[in-house]
Amino acid sequence: MTATTAAETTAKKRSFTAAASNYIDERTSISGVVKEFGRKIFPDHWSFLLGEIALYSFIVILITGTFLTFFFQASQAEVIYHGSWVPLKGIQMSAAMNSTLNISFDIRGGLLVRQIHHWAALLFVASIGLHMLRIFFTGAFRKPRELNWVIGFTLFVLAMAEGFTGYSLPDDLLSGNGLRIIDGLIKGIPVVGTWISFLLFGGEFPGTAIVGRLYTLHILLLPALVVAFIALHLVFVVVHKHTQYAGPGRTQQNVSGFPILPVYAAKAGGFFFIVFGVVALMASLFTINPIWLYGPYDPSPVSAGTQPDWYIGFADGMLRLIPPHWEFVWLDRTWSWNIIVPVLILVVFLVVVAIYPFVEAWVTGDKREHHILDRPRNQATRTAIGAAGVTFYGTMWAAASSDLIATHFKLTMEGVIHTLQFTLILGPIVAYFITKRICIALQKKDRSVALHGYESGRIVKLPGGEFIEVHEQLDEYERWRLVSYDTYQPLMLRPNSRGKITFVNRLRAGMSRWLFEDRLEPITKGEIESGHGHH
Amino acid sequence: MAQDDNGGTEITPAASSAVDHRPGDAGTAVIVQDAVENPGFPPHRARITDKDPRKQRRAERTIYTLFYLSIVGSIWAIAAYIAFPIESGKISDLRISTLAIGLGMTLALLAIGFGAVHWAKALMVDKEGIDIRHPVQGTDETRERAVEIFQEADAESGFGRRTLIRNSLIGALVAFPLPAIVLFRGLGPMNEDPVKLLSHTMWKKGMRLTRDPSGTPIRASDVTLGSVFHVIPEGLNDKEDALDQKAKAAVLLMRLEPKDLHPSPDRKSWAYDGIVAYSKICTHVGCPVALYEQQTHHLLCPCHQSQFDITHEARVIFGPANRPLPQLPIEVDADGYLVAQSDFHEPVGPSFWERH
Ligand code: FES
Repeated sequence: MTATTAAETTAKKRSFTAAASNYIDERTSISGVVKEFGRKIFPDHWSFLLGEIALYSFIVILITGTFLTFFFQASQAEVIYHGSWVPLKGIQMSAAMNSTLNISFDIRGGLLVRQIHHWAALLFVASIGLHMLRIFFTGAFRKPRELNWVIGFTLFVLAMAEGFTGYSLPDDLLSGNGLRIIDGLIKGIPVVGTWISFLLFGGEFPGTAIVGRLYTLHILLLPALVVAFIALHLVFVVVHKHTQYAGPGRTQQNVSGFPILPVYAAKAGGFFFIVFGVVALMASLFTINPIWLYGPYDPSPVSAGTQPDWYIGFADGMLRLIPPHWEFVWLDRTWSWNIIVPVLILVVFLVVVAIYPFVEAWVTGDKREHHILDRPRNQATRTAIGAAGVTFYGTMWAAASSDLIATHFKLTMEGVIHTLQFTLILGPIVAYFITKRICIALQKKDRSVALHGYESGRIVKLPGGEFIEVHEQLDEYERWRLVSYDTYQPLMLRPNSRGKITFVNRLRAGMSRWLFEDRLEPITKGEIESGHGHH
Repeated sequence: MAQDDNGGTEITPAASSAVDHRPGDAGTAVIVQDAVENPGFPPHRARITDKDPRKQRRAERTIYTLFYLSIVGSIWAIAAYIAFPIESGKISDLRISTLAIGLGMTLALLAIGFGAVHWAKALMVDKEGIDIRHPVQGTDETRERAVEIFQEADAESGFGRRTLIRNSLIGALVAFPLPAIVLFRGLGPMNEDPVKLLSHTMWKKGMRLTRDPSGTPIRASDVTLGSVFHVIPEGLNDKEDALDQKAKAAVLLMRLEPKDLHPSPDRKSWAYDGIVAYSKICTHVGCPVALYEQQTHHLLCPCHQSQFDITHEARVIFGPANRPLPQLPIEVDADGYLVAQSDFHEPVGPSFWERH
């Protein structure tokens, strides 16, 4: 480089990175994005990682799933198996099953990728579920995040749909049986059931169309929706800025933590590799869905003790909990309440989950934004409702393994089912009251610690000969964690302008009383000062 | 989007932060007058790696060692791919290949992950920053302008004024997806009626009962007391739609002491010498009812534990099913083979709306 112009001189001084950045910015204006987001603050807490696990396992699913599509054939055309797995040689099966066996036995690393895909899918649904529990118990769904809760809920449902469609693709004995159950469920739906089943399966069950159709859903429509909803979900996280737990210095008007560049990027990026690595480890060590042991789908044989993937368990369990003979013919039509009732229960359960934020917002009438998370104990009734919901779900889920529970613990099948039917109704109620009591007890403890300090374990003898245990005072930072939270009063019922008390108001007041009747008064500055005086 | 003032600046103690500035009605929230004040951010504590240069160097060494290890893991995975063939078809070879490639990848991934996180935690500057939040809603000015724009657009287009145009457009928009819905009729075959299909199976008079899956016929004398046969209709395996037919026609055959059977009067002739045949398709949601308990003569469906009592025409004694399993009337032909007297007298399998 001998002849240089003025412009080139300045350019030459720049590093390659600078030149490349300049090239890109001149064509994309990306510097604005870096300026806006590069130093954006994210708060740190282990419970915030649950959503990240969900996101990262989805990326793992996309990567491994794409690999699998290169080999999988979504066809139910009958072929004779000629692959390496001897026990199935010469057996007639669908091209879908055949290609899945080939992925497992004839493509090096194919089984590994299949197992990573399956484990990541199980983790995906599980981490969404746990993430939702975290959001619920900390009140992160409150204004302005109600819509994001609904988006997240939608993702949970989509994830289950992705899981189920994927489970059905290999066309092995278990997946076929799962589809048979779905077919039976659909047929039980009043008015439209028979036709929906007929159209879905392209004729009679099992037909030759379903695997291809589910494949389209599984790799095209559903993933597109998941990607779109994840994008929306994350946009809202940016718009709202992340919530934070109460702590000294943290307010409703700030968010404290680490900037995206560099700390958060390093942690989150690193965490992606950890999630991927853990899933890869599980896939290397533990076989999942060994279709070669089940064989191709055949409507006749079934083996006892087989389980669906975990996230379908609650639906399958609910079916088992219906007592005999809930079905009759009326008006010349069959009313299958043994199907309608469990489906309705599941739908109502899911709808309640989806709309909970709006109900709570309506009851409290609180129109302020909430960016500081609740400690679950400080919202005793909400936490109790959550515990009741978890118990309800858990009972349905346990019912899906009723046969395993019975054989493993040497109980009768009938005994297990009757116990679970009982638990389904009483369990949530018991869980509700126990949780609420525990929360209030913890609140009391917090209150006394904040006012009087904690027991130091140090015993001293007073001049008078009397022994006391020394109470150590909290410093103001620790105390702030205990005393800064929102409480609500039960709503007073007042007549409206026309002197009437409407039903809606009565309902709201009733719910408000239910939610906020049992509560402790928040601690005031005066109390703390006089609290100190006692010692 | 709310924008950040103060983006990532260092923290200063927020003295007035205890006062709640949030706009909006607090509803039934308790507003405490004499509330405890937010003490502001605690002083920053230096990490051990900030104070001790030796610890810092050690952290550095750990991190780059992890990244190098990751490279080792990747190379290991590639080597394992080459070194462990699976073409023998032996499950042990497959296990080794999967494990070896998998562990290499695991090492490659986890080492990057732990290295990066450790870097962030131990070495990167750990001063926390704050962003200031603004209400999510736009500023008053923005919101006013947004309303104005809609009003202008409405005025300019006449959307609110020209109701006929607007309403006809809405009508058209509602109607235009309807053909797409109708197209979905084509998902199922045009000339078939699901109710008819569900109402009969391939069984017919004189058709032999054969073993599943071989298709060999069964003599009455083969069926010893207490035995169970999984049965398909003769010729099923040659059918084009064998699976569809099997999904309806599969049958369980068993022999009991004739005195143990309690058939209703019109079904007395449906059994042959204590041999009875019942549909294998559960009347709940259609799993194969494949588990037979010899002592109790109960059939158990493994899917949701419905139990059927064979001594009483397969009536439901437990579980979510409602209807008994349909019975296939059988007899013996001239050669001593078991044959069907007819098709089932009712639809088999799960209930459906039009069934009665
Ligand atoms: S399918 Fe047999 S009990 Fe549900």
